[in-house]
Amino acid sequence: MSSGADVLLAALIVAALYMVATSRLGACVRASAVQGIILGALPVALEWTHGPQAPSLHAGLLAFGALGIKAIVIPRLLLRSIREAGVRREVEPMASLHVSILGAAILVAAAFWLGRHMDLPFPVGSRLLVPAALANVLLGFLLIVARRQAITQVVGYLVLENGVFVFGLGLAAHQPIVVELSVLLDLLVGVFVMGVAIHHISETFDHMDTTALVSLRE
Amino acid sequence: MTGAICLVVGFPAVVALGVWRLRAVRGQLAGLIGAAAVHLAGTAVLWRAPLPTRIGSLIGIDALGLLVLSLVSVLFFAATLYSVPYLLDGTHDAASAPQRFVPCLLAFLSAMSLVSVSHNLALLWAAVEATTLASAPLIYFYRRPGSLEATWKYLLVCSVGIALALLGTFFLGVASTAPDGQAPGLGLDQVLAVAASLDHRWLRAAFVLVLVGYGTKMGLAPLHTWLPDAHSQAPSPVSALLSGALLNCALLAILRFYAICVAAGQAAFAQTLFLGLGFLSLLVGAALLLGQRDYKRLLAYSSVENMGVIAVGLGVAGAATYGALLHMVNHSVVKAALFLLAGNVLRAYGTTVADEVHGVARRLPMSAALLTLAAFAIGGSPPFGPFVSEITIFFGAMGGSAPWFGVAFVVLLGIAFVGVAGTLFPMLDGEAAAGGRSPAERVLTVLSPAALAFIVVAFGLYIPARLDDLLRRAAAALGG
Repeated sequence: MSSGADVLLAALIVAALYMVATSRLGACVRASAVQGIILGALPVALEWTHGPQAPSLHAGLLAFGALGIKAIVIPRLLLRSIREAGVRREVEPMASLHVSILGAAILVAAAFWLGRHMDLPFPVGSRLLVPAALANVLLGFLLIVARRQAITQVVGYLVLENGVFVFGLGLAAHQPIVVELSVLLDLLVGVFVMGVAIHHISETFDHMDTTALVSLRE
Repeated sequence: MTGAICLVVGFPAVVALGVWRLRAVRGQLAGLIGAAAVHLAGTAVLWRAPLPTRIGSLIGIDALGLLVLSLVSVLFFAATLYSVPYLLDGTHDAASAPQRFVPCLLAFLSAMSLVSVSHNLALLWAAVEATTLASAPLIYFYRRPGSLEATWKYLLVCSVGIALALLGTFFLGVASTAPDGQAPGLGLDQVLAVAASLDHRWLRAAFVLVLVGYGTKMGLAPLHTWLPDAHSQAPSPVSALLSGALLNCALLAILRFYAICVAAGQAAFAQTLFLGLGFLSLLVGAALLLGQRDYKRLLAYSSVENMGVIAVGLGVAGAATYGALLHMVNHSVVKAALFLLAGNVLRAYGTTVADEVHGVARRLPMSAALLTLAAFAIGGSPPFGPFVSEITIFFGAMGGSAPWFGVAFVVLLGIAFVGVAGTLFPMLDGEAAAGGRSPAERVLTVLSPAALAFIVVAFGLYIPARLDDLLRRAAAALGG
C-alpha cells in the first residue's frame, strides 16, 4: 500500500541524496528548499492517510510554519549569502563526491535496517516515516563532516534537523504541541545564528571556506 | 518558593532587556552586579525550601537541580565581581565588543537557571538550547579570526549535539507511549511514574542519543572538539562560567535521563556507556594535557578530563555516584578559580603561550600563590576538595566488580596531574621581563579566585552537613 505520505517521504530521501551528490552550492540550497516544501505537505498527508478528512487546524498550522521557514525564509537567506560571498561550487570537499555517494548509499541502507528493527508502538500513517527520519539525520551528518564550505555545512545541519522534524511529526498526535514548537525553535535559532556567523566569516576571511578556520589546533 | 524560582530565572532576563540599549558601562555593571546578587539571594532562599517542590507542570526544584543552580549562582557572582575592573578599564585587546557583553551574560545566567529548575524534558531541551545561543556571542567577544573560528565550531558542533538530544527526547516520548496511543507527556515526574512500563529498546536508543547529544555540550570525548577552542578564546570570566557552570547544566540534562533509566531498570546499560565515554574522555584529556603549551587550552582539556572523572564515577555507581556529584561541585569551583587566575596572567603578559610567560610569582604574587594551590587541587592532591571526591570514586571502583577500573582511573589522573603541573609551574618561576608588580592584580581580580580557592580547601577538610544531605539525596535519586 503506498499513500501520499509514502511518496513524500521517499522524495525527502531523494532530495537529501541529491545534496550529497552535487557540488553546486546553489543546487544544494534549492534542494533543501524542496525538502521544506515536502515537509510542509507532510503533516496534511499523514492525516489523510487515516481517511479523507479536512486537515485539522493543528496540521495546517504546522504545514504553514514548515513551508514558510524551511522552504522560503532560510533558502533565501542562504542564497543571498552565496551571492554576496561569490562562491558557487564546493572545491575540494573533505571526501570526494564518489566516496560521499557511496557513504550515502550505505547510510540509507542502515537507516532502513534500523527502521525495520525499531518499529513504533503506534500507527503513524507511513512505514517509511522512521527510515526516512533516520536517513535524513545520517545524511545531514555526512554533509557536515564531508564538506568544507560553511554553506554546505549549514545545509547539512538543515537536513539533519528535517530528519528530527519528520520523527517529531510521527509523534505529534501523541505528545503535546511542545514537540513541534521546539522543532521550529531549533530550526529558527540554529540556522539564524549560523547565518549571522557565516556573515562574519565571509567578512573576516573574504570567503566562506571553513578550512581557513584551522588555526586552533594542537 | 515560587517567587524565588521566578526570581532566579526571570530577574536576570529582565535586567538583560533593561541594559540592552544602555551605553554607559557603569550602568550596565550596576545591572550586572544587582542581578548577580539577587540571584544569589534567591538561591539562598531555595536552600531553605522543602525538597523536592513542584510548581505547575514544567518547573520544580529538587536536590540535583538545587546543586547545579547553586554552583551557577556562586560562580556567576564570583565572575561578576572579577569582571568589574575587566570592563571598567577595557581589556588587553582593543578589538572587543563590550556593549553586548553584559546583556548576553545575564541571558546566559537566566538560561542556565532555567535548565536547573526544568522538570519537563522538552523545556529542559529548550533551556539548554538557549544557553548555547546566549553564550555564543560571549565567545565571540574579541573580534578576532581565532574567536570567530571558536564560535563557529561551538555553534555547529553543539547544534548537532542539541539536535541529537532532541531526537533522543522524542525517542523517550515513543518509549513512554502505550500501544493504544496514551502518552504521559514529557514531564519528568509523569515519565518516572510510568518508568516500569517503558519500552526498553526505545529507552536505550533514547539514552544513547541524549548521552551523545548533551555529552557534546558537556565536553565528553569524542565530541569535545569545540571545548578547548571556545574556552581558550572566550574572555576569562566567560571561560570560568563555561567550564564551571555550563558543563554542569549539560550533565544535569543527562542525569535527568539517567534517573529515568534507573527507574526503568536499565541502569546497567547506562552505566556501561558512562564508563566507556568517561574513560575515553579521561584518556583524551590526559593525553592532550601532556606538553600542552597554551595555558588556557590546558585548563580546557583539564575540564574534558574532569568530565571524564564524573562520568566514570556515574558508571561505577554505588557509593561512587556520591563521589561523582561531589566532584561536579569541586571541579566547578576550582576550575572557575583557575580560569580567573589565568585571566590575570593573560592581562599582565598578553599571551596565552606558556613558554612566553616567566616570573608570575614576582609580578603577580597573589595570583601565583593561588594558582599553585588551585593547580594542586585540580590535580587531585590532598587536602583539597577534588582529592576527596576522586578518592570516593576510586574506592567505589575498587570495591566494585572490576577493580582494574580503579587502577586505570588513578594512572590517568596521575598523567593529567603531570600535564597540568608541567605547564603551569614553570610559568611561576624566573625573572619577570618587565619587573615590578603588574597593575593587573587588583583587589577584585584576586578576591573572587581567593574565595573560590578557600571553598576548595574547606571542602577538602569538611563538607557542610546541609551540602552532604543534598548530595546524598541527589545520589539517591540516581540509585546511588
